[in-house]
Amino acid sequence: MNLLIVKNLFVRIEDRYILEDISFELGPGERLVVLGPNGAGKTVLLKVLLNLLPHTGEVTWAPDVRIGYVPQKIDPERHLPLTYKDLLISKCKIMGLASSTINEIAERVGLTKELLATPVGHLSGGEFQRGLVGFALIGEPNVLLLDEPTASIDEPGEEHIYGLINRLQAQYNLAVIAVSHDLSFIYRYATKVLCLNRRRVCMGTPQEVLTPDVLTQVYGSPVSYYHHEHSD
Amino acid sequence: MSASELYSIILASLTALAAGLMGSFALMKRMSLAGDVVSHIALPGLGLALVFHINPLIGAGATLLLGTLLIWHLQNLGTVTTDVAIGVIFAAALAIGTLVTPSEDLIEALFGGFQSLTPVSFLLGVVGVLSVVGFIWLARHKLIIGLFSPELAAATGISVTRINLYYLLMFSLTVLLGLRFLGALLVGALIIVPAATGRQLTHTLSTFLTISSITSVASVLVGITISKYYPTVTIGSVTLNLALGPAIITVATFFFLLSLLRKKV
Repeated sequence: MNLLIVKNLFVRIEDRYILEDISFELGPGERLVVLGPNGAGKTVLLKVLLNLLPHTGEVTWAPDVRIGYVPQKIDPERHLPLTYKDLLISKCKIMGLASSTINEIAERVGLTKELLATPVGHLSGGEFQRGLVGFALIGEPNVLLLDEPTASIDEPGEEHIYGLINRLQAQYNLAVIAVSHDLSFIYRYATKVLCLNRRRVCMGTPQEVLTPDVLTQVYGSPVSYYHHEHSD
Repeated sequence: MSASELYSIILASLTALAAGLMGSFALMKRMSLAGDVVSHIALPGLGLALVFHINPLIGAGATLLLGTLLIWHLQNLGTVTTDVAIGVIFAAALAIGTLVTPSEDLIEALFGGFQSLTPVSFLLGVVGVLSVVGFIWLARHKLIIGLFSPELAAATGISVTRINLYYLLMFSLTVLLGLRFLGALLVGALIIVPAATGRQLTHTLSTFLTISSITSVASVLVGITISKYYPTVTIGSVTLNLALGPAIITVATFFFLLSLLRKKV
C-alpha cells in the first residue's frame, strides 16, 4: 500500500508552469530523493505535498499518514529570545501532546538541555538543523519531508545530520522525501531518485539514474561526478 | 484623588500591561514600523469624530479597523512595495489627521492627556485589556511558531494569515486603549519602547514578556506621577511642560537607555 500517490501534477504560479505533469509514488520506508537544478521546482513540489500551494492533478496521502517537515534554511534574528524548548513545547501544545514529549525528542536528535535552552540565533548551523529535525519529529510522523537539510552547514555537521536521518529512518521505518544536490548522499542513501527540471526527467534507483547522460539532461550541462564504492 | 481619577490610573496601568505584551510580539515579528503606522491611522478618525461631535474613540476605532485590514492585506501580498506603501500611509494619515482635527484639540489628539473616566468607560476599557491579554495567552503557541517561520507554522496546520489578522486587530485595540492618554503620535511608543528594553535585558521568552510588561506599567505610573505633581519644571531659563503623554514616553525611553548599560540575564 502506497503512502503517497502523485498523478499528473501541475503547478502554475502567475503565468508560468513551475511543475508540469509530475507523477510518482512513495511506499512505506522508501527514501526518495528529489534532484534538480535551482528553479527546477523541488521546493514547490514539497510545498504542494504539504498542501501549501494551489495545484491541479492528484496528490493522495494514505489516511494514516503523519508528516514531519524540515524546511530549507531559516534565518532567525540573532537576538530573537526564543529557544527550541519554547518552539518544541508550542508544537506539543498545538498538537495536544504533553510537554514532556520534548525530552525524548531532544534525546533522539542529540540536543542537550543546554542547547534546548539556548536562543535559536546563537546555535551553530548543525545544532539549529538538528532542532528543526526534532521539531518535525513531534507527533510521531511516518513520513519526513526534508528540503536540503544540510544546505547551511559545514561538512562534519552535514555527516551528522545525514547520520541522524539514517538512524531515525531505520529505527522508526520512516518514509523520506528529501530534496538534495549532494550526489554522493543520494548514491549512499536514496532508494529512489526523482530528477526534476520542471518536468519529470527521470525516475529510478540511484544506480540507474546517476549516469553522466541523465545528469547532463537534468542540469543542462555536463556534471562532474565521481562515485566511490562504500562498504556500508 | 477622585474615583474617576483612580479609574483612569488603573486603566492606564492595565493598558500598559497589554502594550508591553503586544510590543514584545511586535518586536519578535519585526513589525515595529507597521505598528507605528497603525497608531497614526487613528488620527484622521479621531479628528473627524471631533468635528462631528461624536465620541472620538469611535472615530479612531473606525479608521483603525480600516487601517488594520489594509496593512494585513499588504502583508499578505508580501511584495517589496509593502514598505513603501506603509511609509505612504503613515505620512498620509498624519497629514489628513492634522488637517481635519480642530486646532484646539490637535495637541491632545497627537500627544494625549489625563482624562477622568466614567465607570462605563472604565469597564469597557477593562474588557478591552482582558481581550488583548486573553488573546496573547490563548494564541501564544501559534504566534511563537508563526514568528519563527510562517512556512513551518503553515506545515503545522496553523492558518498564518488568520492569526496575523487577529494579532493586528488586537494590536489596534491596544492602540485604541492607549490613545486617550498618550495620543496618536505617542501610543505606538508605549508598545515598542518597553519591549525594546525587555529585549535588551534578556534572552528568554518568559523573562522578556515579564520585563516588557513591568517596564511599560512602571513608565505609565512614573509618568503620571511626574506629570501630575510637576506639570512644569524650570531649569535655568528653560521651562519644560511635562504633559502626560510625553512624560510617560520620556520615562520609558529613560528605562531603555538604562537597559543599554546592563548585561543580559
